[in-house]
Amino acid sequence: MAIGVKVLERPIEQTSYLRATLKGMKLTLKHMFQEKVTVQYPEEKWSLSPRWRGTHRMLTTEDGKAKCVACGLCPTVCPANCIKLVPGEDEKGNRYPLVFEIDEFRCIFCGYCQEVCPEEAIHVGRHYENSEYSREGFVYDLERLMAQTHPVCEMWDPADPKGE
Amino acid sequence: MTIPVFALLQSVPPQSMGVFLLFTIVKMVFFFTIYMVGIAMLTLAERKVSAWMQDRLGPNRVGKGWLQPAADGLKNIMKEETYPDAAYTPLFILAPAMAFIPALLTWAVIPFGAPWDSPWGRIELALAPLPIGFLFILALASLGVYGIVLAGWSSNNKYSLLGGLRSSAQMISYEIAMGMATIPVLLLAGNVSLNDVVERQVGFAPLSWNAFTCTIAWLIFLISAFAETNRLPFDLPEAESELIAGYHSEYSAMKFSLFFIAEYGNMVTTSALMSTLFFGGWDIPFTLWDNAAPHTGLKTVLTFLFFFAKILFFVFFYMWIRWTLPRFRYDQLMALGWKVLLPLALAYIVVMGGAIVGLEYAGLAPASWRFSGILFGINIVLVVVLFFLFDRGRIVSPAYSRLDPRHLRRLRAITASRSALAARAEGGGRV
Repeated sequence: MAIGVKVLERPIEQTSYLRATLKGMKLTLKHMFQEKVTVQYPEEKWSLSPRWRGTHRMLTTEDGKAKCVACGLCPTVCPANCIKLVPGEDEKGNRYPLVFEIDEFRCIFCGYCQEVCPEEAIHVGRHYENSEYSREGFVYDLERLMAQTHPVCEMWDPADPKGE
Repeated sequence: MTIPVFALLQSVPPQSMGVFLLFTIVKMVFFFTIYMVGIAMLTLAERKVSAWMQDRLGPNRVGKGWLQPAADGLKNIMKEETYPDAAYTPLFILAPAMAFIPALLTWAVIPFGAPWDSPWGRIELALAPLPIGFLFILALASLGVYGIVLAGWSSNNKYSLLGGLRSSAQMISYEIAMGMATIPVLLLAGNVSLNDVVERQVGFAPLSWNAFTCTIAWLIFLISAFAETNRLPFDLPEAESELIAGYHSEYSAMKFSLFFIAEYGNMVTTSALMSTLFFGGWDIPFTLWDNAAPHTGLKTVLTFLFFFAKILFFVFFYMWIRWTLPRFRYDQLMALGWKVLLPLALAYIVVMGGAIVGLEYAGLAPASWRFSGILFGINIVLVVVLFFLFDRGRIVSPAYSRLDPRHLRRLRAITASRSALAARAEGGGRV
């Protein structure tokens, strides 16, 4: 035994391998007949918390346009710098996003964009099945963000108003 | 075209060479089918049992889980076989087969049912009922180590080699304890033929089963069987945390799978041995009906099913232990084999030999219930002694148990002074 190895004192006189083994076998046998915790994923899905922050969704007005007014708050607040916004203005002076892209790979799903949005336009969603065949597929443009239908994040637990 | 099997059978005289050959072939085909399918299903059983013990569900996709072994087999056959450049190819190819064949051969002598008095003469329900059955088993058990050692050596990989070396040391050590543990059984039976061993136990089953008349021998045999089959807690030849996968690190596809088949084959074989030597073999407990004279086909089938159930129980026991106990350290393994099991087995031979001679001297017939009862009483006392006196940090010892007390004190002093220094340095830093 090399010097520097810690030599512990163990209570040899009180330890018993055989009895500990029997105890362990009792435990494993008990677990064998216990209820299983597996979730059968594709058939059975995990229920998400109302505060779950997943991939984004852009809400729309009744006439089908994005609620976004291109104020620029969300790209400013975004800590991961994943939102690309190019503002535009129509002839009546209403601002709207010409380009609105979110790189979901860079996004850290903090939910600041939803929190900061004055128009309640951009939201993080309660959604997790996001697989794609290419990296480019994870850059969601405005059309795609508007086409999402999954429920959106509550940001705080509705049962606990103090959390707001 | 149908072959007139029965007409052919009627045409040969009773107990002729023809009947013997035909029934031997039938037994072999029947047995081999059950054995191989059983082993395949055991891989599934192991995964299911492990899953249940960990609160999971286990494989349930391919045919509700039942076809999982078939899917695994198909996958393993279609995968690429890799041959390491530096491996010694002939032995590399031969090793998986050499691991498996002894497990299969052992079955030749194990009686798996009551004999059947067929219209064509008595059919023994063992492939080759050798009069030296038990010696044959001991010989083959020693051969089992070759597959693993050669796999480890021919892979030309240091981890494989270490795994192979460990397994050879382990299997040789535990074989001695295993062989010694069975001597009381042979003393009771008075013969090495497995049929006689079973005959001895049928009297007042289950009291006359060797598990109750030679309990300590059974416990030693059980522990040694775990070491012989390289199952947890003695799977040091694989020891993935130290040796990657030990002796089968370099194997792939079906050759890799063959080592698993060998492991499960060995499990079934040792379970069958344990049933035969200690649990009355094919005997049905609480009744003598199955051993009485008219040996009908029904009795043969029922005794076979009982034997099957006993094997399944022990196989489950293997899995149960595997998912309960952690792996031993190497020195613990060796200490257990040489310093605990072997002396225990030797002492037990003396005790049992003395007891048998004493009982026979006192005029008790070996077939009487008193004979078994007194032996059972002796064994209960011995088990209690083992559990409450002997098992105090001695069966599985800490790493320092091999050190001289003088060195141990010195090492402890160093540890203590270092921790004191460290504590002072830490305290000073804070101030």
